[in-house]
Amino acid sequence: MTDLSTPAIFGVTPAQAGPILSLNGMSFSYGTNQVLSDINVDVARGEFLCIVGPSGTGKTTLLQNLAGLRSPTSGSIEFAGERVTGPPAQLAVVFQDYSRSLLPWMTAVDNVALPLKSAGVSRRERHDRALIALAEVGLEGADEKYPWQLSGGMQQRVALARALAYEPAAILMDEPFASVDAQTRADLEDLTLRVRDHLGITVILVTHDIDEAVYLSDRVLVLSGKPATVAEIIDVDLGRGRDQIDTKATPEFAELRSRVYRLIRRSAAD
Amino acid sequence: MKTRKRPWARALTEIIWFSWLPVAAFVLIWIFSGMSTSFYLPSAQVVLEQTWQVWFVEGGIAENLVPSLIRLVAGFALAVALGVGFGVLLGLVRPLESAVRPLTDAARTIPGAALLPIAIMFFGLGDAMKIAMIAFISMWPILLNTIEGVRSIDPTLRSVMATFRITRRDRFQHVFLPQAMPQVFAGARIGLAISIAVMVVVEMFGTPGGIGYFIRHAQQTFRVVDMWTGLVILGIFGYLLNILFRILERRVLHWYHAMIAQAQGASA
Repeated sequence: MTDLSTPAIFGVTPAQAGPILSLNGMSFSYGTNQVLSDINVDVARGEFLCIVGPSGTGKTTLLQNLAGLRSPTSGSIEFAGERVTGPPAQLAVVFQDYSRSLLPWMTAVDNVALPLKSAGVSRRERHDRALIALAEVGLEGADEKYPWQLSGGMQQRVALARALAYEPAAILMDEPFASVDAQTRADLEDLTLRVRDHLGITVILVTHDIDEAVYLSDRVLVLSGKPATVAEIIDVDLGRGRDQIDTKATPEFAELRSRVYRLIRRSAAD
Repeated sequence: MKTRKRPWARALTEIIWFSWLPVAAFVLIWIFSGMSTSFYLPSAQVVLEQTWQVWFVEGGIAENLVPSLIRLVAGFALAVALGVGFGVLLGLVRPLESAVRPLTDAARTIPGAALLPIAIMFFGLGDAMKIAMIAFISMWPILLNTIEGVRSIDPTLRSVMATFRITRRDRFQHVFLPQAMPQVFAGARIGLAISIAVMVVVEMFGTPGGIGYFIRHAQQTFRVVDMWTGLVILGIFGYLLNILFRILERRVLHWYHAMIAQAQGASA
């Protein structure tokens, strides 16, 4: 078994030069309907960036562009120094709807291992990596369970484990906690922060929940307008080791929260 | 409940519940056929005794049942292979499916029996014709169900496969095929019933050997009791094949039945 305490198990190479992801004047249209306009942002390696915006702003469209599922109409996206023209090998995605993103005919461990099979990893190694990833998200002993035998929160953990076992340089998360109850949601938020701290992985998370965005991020990117532009990128200086109760009770948290809220409300009033 | 404590009592109730009608029907047939004086309707007792004699003692099983079984397995396996193969292809490639649709719609509405003279013209009266007929006619429900099954894939799953760069081979083997499997089995069950029917018909017209041939030949040579024994064997044959099919389905679709049971348990 690989040593669980070493963050390097997932092959994350820390402190490489240059941003992991950069968007340069990126725009996107569905036909004549422009959704995203002139988006510019650099995401540093190991950073936790949340993208917030009112519903219908084009958050998911942006994420699909980042994931290489759609191509920008103009401008460019670079991931790990290379221009994105399709899904990058070093990028993993956690989708909102866990009940649809996992394969019901496969056990948890097989779900996690499938992308590794396609990547040509040996049977033994992919099984080991899948078990380590499941342990990382607190699912020891659930590896032989089918997704439908697990609760919603546990299913989303399997989806997160699948992303981790893929050993990506960055994880994209599309409203990953929107379909679970409040307590599970808080647990999954803390789990995601722990995993990020443990593995030093870059996380880009899309959400419509302002509290969640501020609580998780190093920076919050606020999308607004029609077509959507970057209203502001806000630094969140709340430090590491955040706590659902204590952090959210600080005046700094309240202030950041109001700032994001105002930006979003202003854009909604436009 | 009392039955929960005694599983054997529950099993017994279940057996009685499922078997009262067949048992009653058998008793009625036994009694009424025993009263029959018609040459064409022999008594059940005579038919059963003759069944034992012809099929088990005189080697009817090796002579006529085994060839039928081989033909059926070959034809049905071919139908499954073609149905699933083309079904996955047509289900995945939409433009191809819309192009082929008029052809498949026309071809599957032609009654199977109408193809018999053509099949005899091309393949003769031997096994090639029989297997081709079984395969071609029983392929349709499997093909159409597979197309639907593959199509029902969730858009989220497509995104998952794209972002995790799942290879073509793995998509086929681990995603599209299992996804379509419940519907493939539903189609195959219908296909199996059709292939037994086709088997009997083509054997009646083809070269000697097989249950269909036996029944027709017995009727033509006025061996009426023998003819009825062919029907008894056919009934047992079909029944056993269905059981085999269900065992296979339970193994392959284990996850599916467990998932459904779970969902029903949760909502109940």
